[in-house]
Amino acid sequence: MPQIELICPAGTLPALKAAVDHGADGVYLGLRDNTNARNFAGLNFDERGLCDGLSYAHRKGAKVLLALNTYPQPATLKRWHRALDTAAGIGVDAVILADAGLMAYAVRTHPALRLHLSVQTSATNYEAVNFYRERFGIQRAVLPRVLSLAQVEALMGHTEVEIELFGFGGLCVMVEGRCLLSSYACGDSPNTFGACSPGHAVRWVETPRGMETRLNGVLIDCYTPHEKAGYPTLCKGRFQVGGDTYYALEEPTSLNTLALLPEMARMGIAAIKIEGRQRSPAYVAQVTRVWRMAIDAVKRDPAAFRPAPTWTAALDTVSEGKMHTLGAYNRPWK
Amino acid sequence: MEVTLRLALGPLLYYWSREDTLAFYAAAAGWPVGIVYLGESVCSRRSLLRLPDWLGLAERLAVAGKTPVLSTQTLIESESDLKTLRRLVRDGRFLVEANDWGAVRLLAEMGAPFVAGPTLNVYSPDTLAILQGLGACRWVPPVEMPGAMLAAMQIPAGLETEVFAYGRLPLAYSARCFTARHYNLQKDDCQFRCLDHPDGLLLNTREGHPFLAINGIQIQSAQVLSLAHRLPELVASGVEVLRLSPQHRHMDRVVQLFHALLQGALAPAQAPERLRALMPGAPCDGYWLGEAGMAYRQHLGQHLGARLPP
Repeated sequence: MPQIELICPAGTLPALKAAVDHGADGVYLGLRDNTNARNFAGLNFDERGLCDGLSYAHRKGAKVLLALNTYPQPATLKRWHRALDTAAGIGVDAVILADAGLMAYAVRTHPALRLHLSVQTSATNYEAVNFYRERFGIQRAVLPRVLSLAQVEALMGHTEVEIELFGFGGLCVMVEGRCLLSSYACGDSPNTFGACSPGHAVRWVETPRGMETRLNGVLIDCYTPHEKAGYPTLCKGRFQVGGDTYYALEEPTSLNTLALLPEMARMGIAAIKIEGRQRSPAYVAQVTRVWRMAIDAVKRDPAAFRPAPTWTAALDTVSEGKMHTLGAYNRPWK
Repeated sequence: MEVTLRLALGPLLYYWSREDTLAFYAAAAGWPVGIVYLGESVCSRRSLLRLPDWLGLAERLAVAGKTPVLSTQTLIESESDLKTLRRLVRDGRFLVEANDWGAVRLLAEMGAPFVAGPTLNVYSPDTLAILQGLGACRWVPPVEMPGAMLAAMQIPAGLETEVFAYGRLPLAYSARCFTARHYNLQKDDCQFRCLDHPDGLLLNTREGHPFLAINGIQIQSAQVLSLAHRLPELVASGVEVLRLSPQHRHMDRVVQLFHALLQGALAPAQAPERLRALMPGAPCDGYWLGEAGMAYRQHLGQHLGARLPP
């Protein structure tokens, strides 16, 4: 069976090098503005950095995928076009796009450029995936983290588009691209601004009741001294519903699908994506190293594959919330 | 001021009893709305009305002089979801609102005109032009789109713009059911608890501040969007249709109020106070101003400034 590609996050040049050095088949990255969905201060690449990263990765045989996966807007449309021109000029291996208009621009202006469908496109069925295939010739689709593996497999039976799945890292419980919770609370959404629950709207407030986390004034959670205060990602706070206070939308868990790797390999998944462009080079190194070993182990002998306890322990040390879930791929809540 | 805007009744986002739903549309047949969206756009498990029931309602509303539009499901995951979608698209008698690009593909294949729904994420004039080329005759911008962005959209001639103008805002969709989660039920055995929450299940912050509303797999705003007081700005931005999203109580009066507004019988500045008594929550209008969606600024006309008609 063809080997699954390991696609790792590169928020910075050191993170890119960490990914490449520890066995990533490809890295994905973004520019320093709202053209990508990790528009955070201190993150991402200018053109010079992109060139440096690209030559480093290519020298070591790794691909570079540029995420231009927010939605272009009328007043600033040219920013997305310029970014795409830059990507094509520098010679990135593919661009990851969400917007049909931008795909049309790519096809018209840079017909040789390889296009990947971003998870932000919200393509959860093969009719949608095939729409983008027919119209714009996309080669690969990253599927939202809401489908079960059975649904992914059924989708794959009806398309020739390569499928990339998220394997590890932060987990959106909502369909990517169809979540406006962040802009409802603070004005900036992943679709237009490229960030969810952005840092500028976050306040940590020490109170007699405990550590409060607020997003544009909205109380997302309150932690007792015994609890570790988490980043106030909107969907992972505790709220009151019908008299109960609980994680009403999602526990602060992160995704870890190591155990599903043989199944994903059998299905013919083209690539596994590791989330975390906002994370440190140390995180990227650790996670890439473990997933490299796991993918190689599956390739050697899928039937005998078991996630090694040392791998899981290594991943546990870097994951947010220290709790793991298989996410929607296997649906305990269904 | 009399304006040529038309009113549309958006798709029913909640799960009401069959009797309530049928009574609602029987009443709506007599309301001053030109367009009525029908169909289950949120959850595939909701089946008190099936496609033939919705088609029957569409026929009756057409006889009453309304333009019915069938809204597709927004999150289409399974082959069974796709089957429902194909049946809806291929009926062919009524206009369809595409809420997923898979639906756009099927409608374009059929050469059928369609409404491009708010979850297609159209923020770019290029994307809008593509949709028109594929057969879109009307589009609904994402609910988070500011008025200033809409005014800059270069809307092609012949393509109508419809704006979500009243109701709890649909904000997010998941494969997970948050209503079932609240009741500690599995999604596949949800016991249809959505029926108990005809305006959604309120989610408060730990300070007791209403923040969101849970509607099965959909999350809505707790606050209720109203753009009634922004009518002049809507007109100036090229909006031709206002979508009023059904809430469980007083919808007849909400429609009448918007109708009076369009007729010039009610001044926009008077609308907020009148509407407040009819709404299931506090008002908001922040998205239109390019602010947090939950914000509410009663002040008028700032961002469009000189573009406002006298």
